[in-house]
Amino acid sequence: MDKVLTSRHGPLVAGGILGAIAALLVYFGNPANMGICVACFTRDIAGALGLHRAGIVQYLRPEIPALILGAFASSLLYREHAPRGGSSPIARFFLGVFAMFGALVFLGCPWRAYLRVAGGDWNALYGVGGLFVGAGLGIAFLWNGFSLGAAERNPKAAGFVMPLVALALLALVVLKPLFGTEGTGPIFFSKEGPGAAHAPLIISVAAGLVIGWLAQRSRFCTVGALRDLLMMRDAHLFKGVVAFTAVAFIVNYALGQFHPGFEKQPVAHTNELWNFLGMVLSGLAFTLAGGCPGRQIIMAGEGDSDASVFIMGMLTGAALAHNFSAASSGAGVGPYGIPVTIIGLIVCGLIGLGFRDNQKAV
Amino acid sequence: MSEIITIDASGLSCPQPVMKTKLVLDKTPSGHIEVLVDTATSRNNVTRFAENKGWKASSAERDGGYKVTLEK
Repeated sequence: MDKVLTSRHGPLVAGGILGAIAALLVYFGNPANMGICVACFTRDIAGALGLHRAGIVQYLRPEIPALILGAFASSLLYREHAPRGGSSPIARFFLGVFAMFGALVFLGCPWRAYLRVAGGDWNALYGVGGLFVGAGLGIAFLWNGFSLGAAERNPKAAGFVMPLVALALLALVVLKPLFGTEGTGPIFFSKEGPGAAHAPLIISVAAGLVIGWLAQRSRFCTVGALRDLLMMRDAHLFKGVVAFTAVAFIVNYALGQFHPGFEKQPVAHTNELWNFLGMVLSGLAFTLAGGCPGRQIIMAGEGDSDASVFIMGMLTGAALAHNFSAASSGAGVGPYGIPVTIIGLIVCGLIGLGFRDNQKAV
Repeated sequence: MSEIITIDASGLSCPQPVMKTKLVLDKTPSGHIEVLVDTATSRNNVTRFAENKGWKASSAERDGGYKVTLEK
């Protein structure tokens, strides 16, 4: 199996299995068209930790820490665990913040963009289009000399930080401590809304571990897929995205979870322009940071502190997006979603222009 | 024997190791090129890209990463 995963067909195989797992997670209780979404689930974790007070999106999604642990285990077993970091961490933090702003204007990470399409939510096609444009902008910056600089090897202990954080999150979701001053918290759980919809813990953890493992071995990356396709005419990662979407569609269809249309789609709005521009912002930020949020989680498991800082930026961005009323909802774009997206595009543009490779090319 | 060209792409994020390799391969019809990278992902990406361009690629572990050798 590992030979297949690490071959050029690896992303295709992994993508297909990921798509099936994602659709099955909906069947087992995760929100519709949100079997797995790194942006939404990180936002739910931010809510569970009390970083934002949007009561309907608070759950310590076990899939995210399990993804980290799956990738950690896989990278250790195959001797690819490599603690590293130090490549413009503060820029990566803000790329994470703005990637999350864009994702929450659209309502989904790239994984969910494709899962929404696979569930019949045609609004997501604008998001996928935005992702292509955002990745294209990122590529233009890359060809223009953009670089966040080289990372360096870190002490071995650095590679254990995120796996330990992941274990702590899993412990919190099991223990559900309630010793806050008002008799709730410090961990919050939604009683209604998307945050209250979730698969049983054991299924979520198992799914996260398997996906983390598969994605680590195959390098499945939805942003890398576009980047390699547009930059290098290399479609091997993109085939993974196609398989991911196609298998999710087939499983959705078989389970009665395919509902085509624009209106009344789950956790989605119908504003075409901001579905598109939200994902332009995300696609740009992900491309500048070197990979989609799923890939950043996997790299964090492999010991990459820069990817870990990006995730912390996403966690912070999720909290800020809700606290600043910039996150969208089923009712439409949030009151400050539009200015935040514009600011994000400007900031990412400045990062794209301002960070240069100061290493000798050859 | 022709000169060995060394590309130092250690520590760089995707897709910069492949971009650096591409820039050199585009102006090098044949020869011996060594690409230094620090992750297995970058090693695989550089190898796949070079093989697609008709180069013979092999890799070896080195201190803190990998050396990918390209020959044509």
